[in-house]
Amino acid sequence: MILAALGLLTLFLFPMWRITLIAPQYPDGVTMHIWINKIGGETASTIQNINILNHYVGMKYIDQESIPELKYFPYIVIGMVVFGLIAAATNKKGLFLIWGIVMVLLAIAGIYDFYLWEYDYGHNLSDTAPIKVPGASFQPPLIGSKLILNFTAKSYPHISGYIAGLSILLAFSAWWLKSKFNKKHEKIAATDSIGDGNARRLSTVA
Amino acid sequence: MKSHQGLLPFLSFLFTAAGLFLVSSCGNQGSTTQQQGALGNDAASQVYVAPGEYDEFYAFMSGGFSGQIGVHGLPSGRLFKVIPVFSVDAEKGYGFNEETKPMLNTSHGFVPWDDSHHPELSQTNGETDGRWIFINGNNTPRIARIDLTTFETAEIIEIPNSGGNHSSPFTTENTEYIVAGTRFSVPVPQSDVAINSYAETFNGMLTYVSVGDEGEMDIAFQILLPAFDYDLAHSGKGKSHGWTFFTTYNTEQKNTLLEVTASQNDKDFIAAINWKKAEEYIQQGKFKEMPANWAHNVYNEKTHTATSTMKKKVKVLTPEDCPGLVYFLPTPKSPHGVDVDPTGEYIVGNGKLSADLTVHSFTKMIAAIEAGSFETTVAGIPVLKFEDVVAGVVKDAGLGPLHTEFDGKGNAYTSFFITSEVVKWKVGTWEVLDKASTFYSIGHLMIPGGDSKKPDGKYLVALNKITKDRYLPTGPELCHSAQLYDISGDKMKLLLDFPTIGEPHYAQGISADKIVPNVKKFYPLEENEHPYRTMGEKDTRVERDGKNVHIYMTSIRSHFAPDNIEGVKVGDKVYLHLTNLEQDWDVPHGLAVMGANTGELLVMPGQTETMVWEPKSEGVIPFYCTDFCSALHQEMQGYIRVSPRSSNIALKWSLGEEEPVQ
Repeated sequence: MILAALGLLTLFLFPMWRITLIAPQYPDGVTMHIWINKIGGETASTIQNINILNHYVGMKYIDQESIPELKYFPYIVIGMVVFGLIAAATNKKGLFLIWGIVMVLLAIAGIYDFYLWEYDYGHNLSDTAPIKVPGASFQPPLIGSKLILNFTAKSYPHISGYIAGLSILLAFSAWWLKSKFNKKHEKIAATDSIGDGNARRLSTVA
Repeated sequence: MKSHQGLLPFLSFLFTAAGLFLVSSCGNQGSTTQQQGALGNDAASQVYVAPGEYDEFYAFMSGGFSGQIGVHGLPSGRLFKVIPVFSVDAEKGYGFNEETKPMLNTSHGFVPWDDSHHPELSQTNGETDGRWIFINGNNTPRIARIDLTTFETAEIIEIPNSGGNHSSPFTTENTEYIVAGTRFSVPVPQSDVAINSYAETFNGMLTYVSVGDEGEMDIAFQILLPAFDYDLAHSGKGKSHGWTFFTTYNTEQKNTLLEVTASQNDKDFIAAINWKKAEEYIQQGKFKEMPANWAHNVYNEKTHTATSTMKKKVKVLTPEDCPGLVYFLPTPKSPHGVDVDPTGEYIVGNGKLSADLTVHSFTKMIAAIEAGSFETTVAGIPVLKFEDVVAGVVKDAGLGPLHTEFDGKGNAYTSFFITSEVVKWKVGTWEVLDKASTFYSIGHLMIPGGDSKKPDGKYLVALNKITKDRYLPTGPELCHSAQLYDISGDKMKLLLDFPTIGEPHYAQGISADKIVPNVKKFYPLEENEHPYRTMGEKDTRVERDGKNVHIYMTSIRSHFAPDNIEGVKVGDKVYLHLTNLEQDWDVPHGLAVMGANTGELLVMPGQTETMVWEPKSEGVIPFYCTDFCSALHQEMQGYIRVSPRSSNIALKWSLGEEEPVQ
């Protein structure tokens, strides 16, 4: 449970999602990184280059200052780290389960929010856009790959996104190990076999 | 006149030989084409570089009288870039924009052209390292350094007390120095003397230019020598590291009709310079400080601006005061190129008026010097005995040997101008192994690394002066050409024949691996220190200072900011400082202003360049982007309103009045 809680801190070290645009004249691709607290890219100039592309079809400029989620998400994450550490310290399997479920709900909320932003960027186009494609949307895929005009857009979780997912799995594993240990403990009340001890310790660490 | 008559049989023999060859080669044209046709498929696959693939080598071909460098790929022969070096280039704004004008400053003022002959890659431990390429300016003596991370000219240094910088800029093993020997001896210092006082009042001068860790050049010292023509040079390597060899002609010291008068001596000299000794003499203070006047021009990659500084002194060593500094090696018939084999042992003197090649031994030279065995002295310089230093002679290989390069497998390849051929011979046994015709009149030849310690003996490029009937005709002026040979086998095989810019006088080749990883894609905007930079559209503005109007303009796909400017008046001097805000690979923007008496600007991402425009009449002047940048490139345009001098219209600038600037 400790690893699950601390794993969330990697959200501040690595991007959690990435969207890559691929076209022949961009041999290296253009890769945008979404962090818990900022929008970045593979290079310092990636966002400028994406904005230059987007303005032809009238998409809004991507400006991290205009996305409030980037301001308050970090506090939620820190809250969840603290909650997770308390759960580990008190070693209550109920808390492990609650932490895991809250994380799943937060992830669903986060991904839905991400979808709303994508929808907004992809559909809410300027009336004065130089290039207008009737009926076209420029919304990147939520997850997966999609052809948008001359670009293939690929959207997938990135390093810290995967680690956060692993944290949720770890929390549920901790809950499961703990349950297993408690059940055995009830059956053989006197003994504390090595394996059972490991499961108990493992659940705390996980 | 007697001497002329003595030479006539020889000269007529030369011309007859050359004439016969031209006639016979024309006659053979059909059969050579057929021969190539037979080889055609095989050769085609060897030079085919599929679309999107990279060539294995870079070839840097001098532009000769174009003053520039052409960057080609091998084996395809494709031309990638013309690097402006000594000549103005309106296409790139080089020498036209305010930032690069100082690059072409000299002690004679702004010189917009030169004749660039010998590109020379920097070396580490005798191997090409891909940091820089140097090239000489032959006419107004200069050396330029090109940075191979940007492929732009970074520095130009003028060589004082020189009358034509031909034996230049050949490097030492670790690019400690590059050299500059004067082709034309002149009065040193320059003075008003009778031309026919040549032998008494003229001098030759050799110059050592030091190269620092960042490539920065400085004149370390000069060596004052007799008034000969110093033709070509190469520095020693390995065992001969510490020495440089310069060929001479006109040891007759004549000043008129040199084709005859300077071809009389049976032997001229190769001057061997012990530059490590020269360093000691400089340390000991055995130099004279001479007044001189030379320009040192440096382009700063942060300010994107060149500065020109005039230097007023130079340290000169004279052989009389510095024993052991210079020796002369007698070498037959006006030797042209002097080439040192990869081991550093053999020094090849290409006697251009001879059928033979003379090869000296470095070991024998040192032994002769230590034995003090001299034939005579000339101007206080010991002349070694020919038989003491000669290692061997390549006999009857062809006519008019000019230059030799090596393949690193014990073979040498020499160009023969008069007989238009490359001759392959064995170093050490001096036997001729193979001959291949060139079309026509080969000067230099080049093997990648072929003048270094570690040649890449896969391809050889012949650099030809004359093409005659080789390509579709283009009027009286025809292109020069390069020809690519496969030298990986026993026999040389002609693969490809392609035109080059100007004259491909000499070239250098290098494995692309040594350069590609270091090439810059754009200039980071945050590092831009140009005094007139504009870091974003919110900083764009127009300022008036008397009659000078400074426009701080930016470009980004697909607009200039500002693009509507009013308040400029007839008689103003308008400085358009354009900063390209792009930060992506291959997105330059150009700027052209109707009626501007200058070249365009071509601004790389993150760079700032300045155009000066002096409007002469009132009206509304359009400007636009010249480098096709985007789908809306054609919309990338603007207007500047020019009002009469008496008008009191205020300066006003804008971009997109209906929509706020992003």
